[in-house]
Formats: sequence, structure tokens, C-alpha cells
Amino acid sequence: MAHTKTPSTFQNPVIRWVDDRLPIFTMISKEYGVFPTPRNFNYLWNFGALALVMLVIMIITGVFLAMQYTPHADLAFDSVDRITRDVNGGWLLRSLHANGSSMFFLVVYIHIFRGMYYGSYKRPRELLWLFGAAIYLLMMATAFLGYTLPWGQMSFWGATVITNFFTALPFVGKAITTWLWGGFAVANPTLNRFFALHYLLPFVIAAVVFLHVWALHVTGSNNPLGIEPKSDKDTLPFHPYYTMKDLFGMSVFLLIYAVIVFYIPDYLGSPDNYVKANPLVTPPSIEPEWYFLPFYAILRSVPSKLLGVILMFGAVVMIFLMPWLDTSKVRSAKFRPWYQWCFWFFAFDSLLLGLVGSQHPEGIWILLGRIGTLYYFGFFLILLPFLGWFERTLPLPASISESVLGGGKLASSAVAAKPMEKA
Amino acid sequence: MVDATHHGDGEGQTRREFLYLAAGAIGAVGSAGVAWELINSMNPAADTLALSTIDVNLAPIPEGMGIVTMWQGKPVFVRHRTAEEIKQAEEVKLSDLIDPATDQSRVKKSPWLILIGICTHLGCIPLGNKPSDLRGDYGGYLCPCHGSQYDTSGRVRHGPAPLNLAVPPYNYTSDTVVRIG
Amino acid sequence: MSNFRAFLMGGGLALATLTTASAQELPEPAKQDWSFYGAFGTYDQAALQRGFQVYREVCAACHSMSLLAYHDLSGIGYTPDEIKAIAASVSVPDDPDDTGEIKDRPGRPSDRFKAPFPNEKAAAAANNGAVPKDLSLIVRGRKYGPDYIFALLTGFKDPPPGMKMANGMNYNTAFPGNQIAMPPPLSDDRVTYADGTKATLAQEAHDVVTFLSWASDPHLEERHRLGARVIIFLAAFSGVMYGVKRKVWSKVAH
Repeated sequence: MAHTKTPSTFQNPVIRWVDDRLPIFTMISKEYGVFPTPRNFNYLWNFGALALVMLVIMIITGVFLAMQYTPHADLAFDSVDRITRDVNGGWLLRSLHANGSSMFFLVVYIHIFRGMYYGSYKRPRELLWLFGAAIYLLMMATAFLGYTLPWGQMSFWGATVITNFFTALPFVGKAITTWLWGGFAVANPTLNRFFALHYLLPFVIAAVVFLHVWALHVTGSNNPLGIEPKSDKDTLPFHPYYTMKDLFGMSVFLLIYAVIVFYIPDYLGSPDNYVKANPLVTPPSIEPEWYFLPFYAILRSVPSKLLGVILMFGAVVMIFLMPWLDTSKVRSAKFRPWYQWCFWFFAFDSLLLGLVGSQHPEGIWILLGRIGTLYYFGFFLILLPFLGWFERTLPLPASISESVLGGGKLASSAVAAKPMEKA
Repeated sequence: MVDATHHGDGEGQTRREFLYLAAGAIGAVGSAGVAWELINSMNPAADTLALSTIDVNLAPIPEGMGIVTMWQGKPVFVRHRTAEEIKQAEEVKLSDLIDPATDQSRVKKSPWLILIGICTHLGCIPLGNKPSDLRGDYGGYLCPCHGSQYDTSGRVRHGPAPLNLAVPPYNYTSDTVVRIG
Repeated sequence: MSNFRAFLMGGGLALATLTTASAQELPEPAKQDWSFYGAFGTYDQAALQRGFQVYREVCAACHSMSLLAYHDLSGIGYTPDEIKAIAASVSVPDDPDDTGEIKDRPGRPSDRFKAPFPNEKAAAAANNGAVPKDLSLIVRGRKYGPDYIFALLTGFKDPPPGMKMANGMNYNTAFPGNQIAMPPPLSDDRVTYADGTKATLAQEAHDVVTFLSWASDPHLEERHRLGARVIIFLAAFSGVMYGVKRKVWSKVAH
């Protein structure tokens, strides 16, 4: 054996026995125990762990719901009603799962915007960002498939509208759509395969999450200053500092989640989904779940069907391309005064597009949708590349520890004149 | 362990490369075949494909009204047009149309407009069969989802829909019965 | 910077108010006082049983509630014997007997509520083409839920002068478009309550909406009770974790 192996130092004989044969405990200790983590995280760095918590909650509640659910067009709606009416605690499982998707997206959106603000997508973390964007894309697919399963009016018509995107493709559009449906309209074969894929994709997500975390542990975490740790003074062991901070963040997050699940379980949903799917009656307004609204607004911002679909998918592609569109060498927006403006305006723009997506496309909303779409693409395609060349960035602190400790114990620091924002 | 480059002369090496290539090609063909079987299994099954035709009795549909019936899981509109509506449909200049088509090319008998009732934008069912429905500015159909408007020949007159409502294959089996499919 | 952020926030708020003003096709129905609203809301048991009586004697003539079974009535305070009697008051088709014939038998608690019509076509034919909606999830399936159903049941009026009503339609202030196929179902003294409550139109509507709300969301009370416990538990957990986190971090400057 060419491997150099040091015998395990664990006290517990069982752990030592296992670890000598498969060093899994060594790995856990290395990656989550002593793992050197920048000491200056704010609470926005909790959201990666929270996203993992949500993925686990979704998979567990989903598996138990699947034990009671019937994926057949004639029976699906009734079987979901049976879950909430007759199954022991079924109403809770369903509320956790249905509202869980909203919480999952909320957490992931904050996680993405945090990465955008602090430049976490930049070299050497481009691949880490790509895995993250892939997770987001898979989440959107999974959420869409899952929303179809209760087979209510909004399930059916949402599925109809989304699958019809593919008819916009020239030549092959019709054939692809028929293939997706397994028929000539959204019907039972569609529901069957959507259920199969909805069960499958979360495990694909889990696999990509593994790659995402792996890549993170190769490069190490970014931090609010966007400068790499230079010495031991810049970092803290992950445990107990960040394990305990993440657990605290998780408990507060679960509290908010519980308020929604127990007290306003229908707030984020559409009443139309308590009406069984009817292929002959289109609801007066078809509206996706809130987390898709900005993309829906972009889709509707142009009167051409193909262009609308291209723009909508393009909006997601922008996120993938971000590491290469941003030409600035400075990561954190703290030191990029112009980018900071553009970022906050982008965040506002996303909310605006979300609002536009929830409205009937008429009057002022059409104009706002177009302006919002223009800024969305302008941010990625014009502002990100050009800011890097024109922007005068602020001087970076020499190290994390200097910046963190500058205002406190080591008062005589030249660079850290301005104390950093701390959560 | 024998080093491959010293193993044989040029001929032997060529044969080995050929065999590798052949094995790879056979593997690729096999994988593609398996993949195609799996992908094709998702296409419409025989029971779904079994074309069912439907007969529609036109007699009970009063002038100005339309009915919705199902054909291959798709809604089909059958509308009894008024003289005014027929006139409107026939008098439109082709240059005013998004997807130009004459009214004659879309109906077999002027009073009866038979359409697949699926908006060509994103597949919603337009309103307009009942006189009390919203019919849009062109008197035909209005899609409640994204506001596409169709005229009394089912032609799109206002976006975002790109195409006219499709006309299903049909023929008259008698004066008052039409067979769709 | 902070000014700019404040400007954006302000803009967002302004837009939000703009939406609430413009986006609704439905007039917002008047808010009623429901016992089941709020974090500690519970159903009024007497109103539930009165509401079931209204459903059974009035609504059930046309409207099915096909997702409910008779045993579910234990949720509104009926005893097993009472449920058996209620179920037995209808007759439903039995399984085929030994000769393959299908006969009727009295209902059992495990049966679903018997529907007034055998299928949708029969329902449409009997009701001027408009199929009466299934009421199992009607409250959750409508915007404004109970307030809307209450407004609908009490919203029948004479049409305003000049309004052209379609054949067989009734004017209703709460219904979108104001023309509804359903004739006014409730009126003063339409039912006689066993508990002596005066059966006004508003009382009947209030009771039946309470019953329908329960039917849409039968676990509301359990949800509220368990929710309070879970939230107290998580609040305690958060408090302890905050202490742990502070203790851990107290040793380092950050």
C-alpha cells in the first residue's frame, strides 16, 4: 500500500475501528470540525446551511407524502385531500412540504443574492457558483413538477402553460411537447412521469449539493471582505463557532417556517388549487408560485412568443455566466461603490419584476415589465463587464484579522479606519 | 508488464487501435439504441394514439352560440356564426392579419366555424362561445391568460399568440352532423 | 447609500399599495366575525351542527360534498350512534349480490356523503346547464373564503334597473359579473333549529359557512393547538442556542 496512514486518534474503539478502515470520521473532523473558516462571517452566511436543512426537510416529508399519494389523473386530487383529511398528521406533512418549497426558495434566493453582493462567484470559485446555479435550476424543475401533483386547477393550467413553452421552438417544438406530455395535452401520462421525476430530482439535487460543498471545501469560503484568509488569525475552526451559529440561525428560521405552516398555510398558495383540475375551464388568471414570478414577468414583457421564452431561459443563463461577465478583480461590494448601487437596484428590479409577474399584463404593468427586463439584462450584460473597467474601488484591508480587530483590541491599524458592518 | 509500444510492429498496433475503435463504436450504437428505447417510451402510447373520432350534432346549436366538445383530450369549438360575424370574417384584408388566411380556407360551410380551442400562445382555452363571454375587440375569442384576441374566423388579431386557432380535420356526414377526426 | 436604499424601499411600498388597489376583479366582501379566525381560533360547535343541518336540508338538494364521509361528522361533535343514524338515512348502491344484482342498502359511516345527482351530466340537466359546485373544499377554494361565501349567500338582490339578465340567472352582489345560476337558497326560517336559535337569513348563512369552513379545513383547531406548542418549543430552542452561540463567540473578537 502506497498510502501513508496514521492510526486514528479517536478515543472510542468503535469509531477508531471504523475510521482505520474507512476514514470517514477523520473526514468529518477535517471538513466540519477544525475546518478553517473566515472569522468575519455575518448572518447571511447561515443561508447555505439553511438551504441544506430545507432540502432534508423536503425529501423526508416528500417520501412520507408519496406513501399516501396516488399519481393518477382521476385520483390524485382526492388522494391529496385524503392526506389532509384522513391521514394521521397528513395536514401537517402537506403543509410542511407545500410551504417548504417557498421557504427553500426564499433561503436560496438570499443565498444567491449574498453571493452576488460579496462576489462569491469570482475566481477561484467559478465552479462552485456553477454547481450552485445548477442546483437552482434543478430546484425550479422540481418545484414545477411537484406543483402539478395535487392536480388542482392551477396545477393543471400551470403545467399546460409551462410545457407549451416548448412549442415555441421551431420545427421540433410540437414533437417535443407531445413527447413531454405523452399525449396530445396534459393528461394522465403527464402526471405519471411528473411524479416519477419529482421523486427523482431531489436526489440529483442532493448529489449536486455534495459537489457544491466539495468545491467549497477546496477553495474555502468567501467572506464579507472578499479577501482570502492569509494566516491562522484570519480563521476560526468551523466547530464550535459556525456549527453553533448555524444552529442558532436554524432555530430562528424554523420558528418563522412554523408560523407559516401552522397559522397561514394557504397564504402563499392559490385558492384555485383547491378546485380539481378541469381541462375545459381555464382559471381567469394563471399565476405561478411567487418564486417564479420575475421570470414570468420577463416572459410576458415581449409580445413575441419565441422571444419571450428565449428571454426567460436567458434570464437563468445570466446567473450561470456571472463569473465571466463580471470583470472586476475586487470581490466584495463593500469596496465597489458603483457596483453597490447597481446591485441594490438589481435587487429592487427583481422584486419589481416579481410584482409585475403577479399582475394582469395591462396598462402600466406592461411598461414596468419592459423596464424591469431591460435592467435585468443590462445589469448582467452591460453593467457587470463595464463596471470592472471604470469603477474606482476602495482600498482593501490588508487582512481579515486586521479589519475585524482593527476597531477593537488592535486600535492602531492604518487600513481599518472605518469599522466594518457586523451582523 | 510489457510496454505496449515495444510489443509489436506497426501492423499490430494499427489492428489494436482498430479493435478499440470498433469496440467503442459498437458500444456507442448499443447505448444509443437503449437510450432511444427509453426516450421513445415517453411518446404517446398506443391507447393514447388510437384515434377516436367524434360526431357532433349541429342542430341544437342556436345562431350566435358555440359549444365545446372534447376530441383527443383537446377542446374543440363548434360555433354557429351569425350573418354579421360571417361578413366580418370574410371582409378582413389579408394584410391586416398576423397569420394570413382567408375565411374560406378555414370553414367548409360558412355558418359553422370548427376550431381546436387551444390558444396558440400557451395553450389556455379562449373565451367567446357564449354570447355573454368576453370576446375581445374582434368579436371572436379572447384568451383569459395573456390577452390574445381572435376574430370570428378564429384568426389571431392581437398578440401574444403567433398563430390562428387550428382547424381540426372534419367532414360532414349529413347536413347536421359533423365528424371530427 | 442608505438614502438610496430608503428610496427603493419606499418605491416598493408604493408599488405594493398600487397593486392592492388595482388587481382585484372581485369586490372585497365585507369582513365577518368568525370564531375560527386568529391564532387561537376554534370552531363554534353549535354553529357547526346548525350549519350541517342547513347543508343537509337545503344545499344537499343540489350540491354534493363528495370528499367527506359520514364518519368525518365526529369532528363536529356527533356521537357514533348519531353518525350511524345520519348515514342510514340515505340509501346507496350495495356491492353486487350473489346473483350479480346491485341493490340499495342503507348508508354506513364509512360511506362518502351521498351526492344529489349520479353524475355531472345529470346535475347539469337538472339545473339549467350549470353544474352545482361540490362544496367539500369550497371555502378554501375561493378567494376571501368564508367572507365571500357569506356575502354570496346573503347577496341576492333585485337587479339594478337597466341591467339585462340572462335567462334563468339571478342577480347577486358578491358574484363576479353579478349573474349567478343559483337561485337564492336561504331565507328567514328556511330551516327550524333544534336548539331554538332564530333562523334568520344571516344566521343560516353564518352557520352553513362555519360548517363549510370546517369541511374545508377540519384540522384547524389541532393545527392551532399544535402550532402554539411548536412555536413555544422553537422559541425556547432559539433562546438556548443564542446563549450557546454567545458563549462560544465570547472568547474571540469578531
